[in-house]
Amino acid sequence: MRVEIKNLSKAFGEHVVLDDISLSIKEGENFVVFGRSGTGKSVLLKCIVGLLIPDTGEVNIDGENILKMSAKELNIIRKHIGFVFQSSALYDSMTVRENLEFPLIRNFDFSVKEREQKINTVLEKVDLLDAIDKMPAELSGGMKKRIGLARSIITEPQLILYDEPTTGLDPITTKEISRLIVDLQKDLNVTAIVVTHDLICAHIIADHAVVLKDGKIRYEGELSKLTSTKDEFLNDFFDREFFADKKGVNNG
Amino acid sequence: MSSLKSKIFESKHYTLLELRLTDFFITLGGLWSFAITFLKNFLFPPYEFGEIKKHMDELGVKTLPIVSVTGFIIGFVLAMQSQPVMARFGAESFLPSMVALSVTRELGPVITALIFAGRVSSGIGAELGSMRVTEQIDAMEVSAINPFKFLVVTRVLACTFILPLLTVYVDFIAILGGYVAVSLILNMNFQLYVSSLLPSLMFYDVLPGIAKTFVFGFIVGIVGSYKGYNAENGTVGVGRASTSSVVIASLLILIVDMVLVKITVTFWPI
Repeated sequence: MRVEIKNLSKAFGEHVVLDDISLSIKEGENFVVFGRSGTGKSVLLKCIVGLLIPDTGEVNIDGENILKMSAKELNIIRKHIGFVFQSSALYDSMTVRENLEFPLIRNFDFSVKEREQKINTVLEKVDLLDAIDKMPAELSGGMKKRIGLARSIITEPQLILYDEPTTGLDPITTKEISRLIVDLQKDLNVTAIVVTHDLICAHIIADHAVVLKDGKIRYEGELSKLTSTKDEFLNDFFDREFFADKKGVNNG
Repeated sequence: MSSLKSKIFESKHYTLLELRLTDFFITLGGLWSFAITFLKNFLFPPYEFGEIKKHMDELGVKTLPIVSVTGFIIGFVLAMQSQPVMARFGAESFLPSMVALSVTRELGPVITALIFAGRVSSGIGAELGSMRVTEQIDAMEVSAINPFKFLVVTRVLACTFILPLLTVYVDFIAILGGYVAVSLILNMNFQLYVSSLLPSLMFYDVLPGIAKTFVFGFIVGIVGSYKGYNAENGTVGVGRASTSSVVIASLLILIVDMVLVKITVTFWPI
């Protein structure tokens, strides 16, 4: 799926979070969005999937502006989109199995056997087959993230939006999840938009990166060129991040 | 709704009373539009019958112990308190009828609804509120599943249909409680108690009492869902949604009861 964002702006009251953002994400690309906390990275993801309505601008998915779609048309598009939430957002009244089969039952006509097969396949992918009958409250933070990822890929989406998929995880789990994101892109040609602070994750997955500051794009291009920039803000941002991450890797 | 509220509150210096009243009417406006959204979602498929049944089971079973105890006490205390007054007028033999009529026409439906509001409205407010702040409702929406239909419509319908059943049950228990009191005071046997109350208990005494609980059940479900579904500001917001659900639902039940009693008395005079 191609995603094209044109002149997108979003404000909450007086506070402008996104200010005239334009981006183009190619099919099958792993696109990473960086930025300090509160710079509107998650808001950008929520605008792309229609959870938030921007004040101005367009969000085109495969050439269709989702902001002009009816709820029914938007839902057809959403069936092909996966969203990995920062908080995992697992349904806490359901077991892992029920969490995974919930979108399958409601949106697709799979038989019980097919559903079972799909659940087992994604759980094997995230290496959590043992957790199938557990409740979310019984899972650790890392396990929740992985189940959240499994839930978003079970419908075989063509676009996956990741909202800080590795935040709060140890470096080894971070690498595992990052590699999983790369594998998905290779196996299924999935387009991924990843919001992260995590340079380990970004180094593993990024084809293209963008840095947001004060609601505007500060940098857009290859990740490798980001670390060698003379921009004071970018140097400050990445030096600290990188130092922290390297330290984490060494300790791990 | 919260942005509308902040715009109104920022535009002028209000007294505390004005703030509270504005807040109350904004909530009423929000509830009205939420109820319209409910009707739109309720009328069109898919219908989540399994979820409605699951919620009816949960809400009914969980509320049963507390309404049983309350119902028994209402009937018992009502008979105990009324006996001296009725004896003064030589009307002790009407005690069973008085208990049955008071319970079926007013006390049973209203007390059950208020207890149901306390138990269920706060529960729905807290549950949906925590789903909102932990992004579970957003997760449903991005999965192309209508969260309003799955979470709100099912709960409101479950409340609407389970409360009348609970009220019928409470009416029986309260009449039984009244019998225990009457048998202690007047040494009346059960057969005499029942044969005394049955002739005075008409169809139009019972029906309006039960019918209005459909409205009360709807109020409990819609208020709890509205507050929870629109919760914000993390766990503080969840707590606020839970508490305000009970307050608003209870208040609305009493206001609507006043209107319905007037209508009932007009159409079915005692």
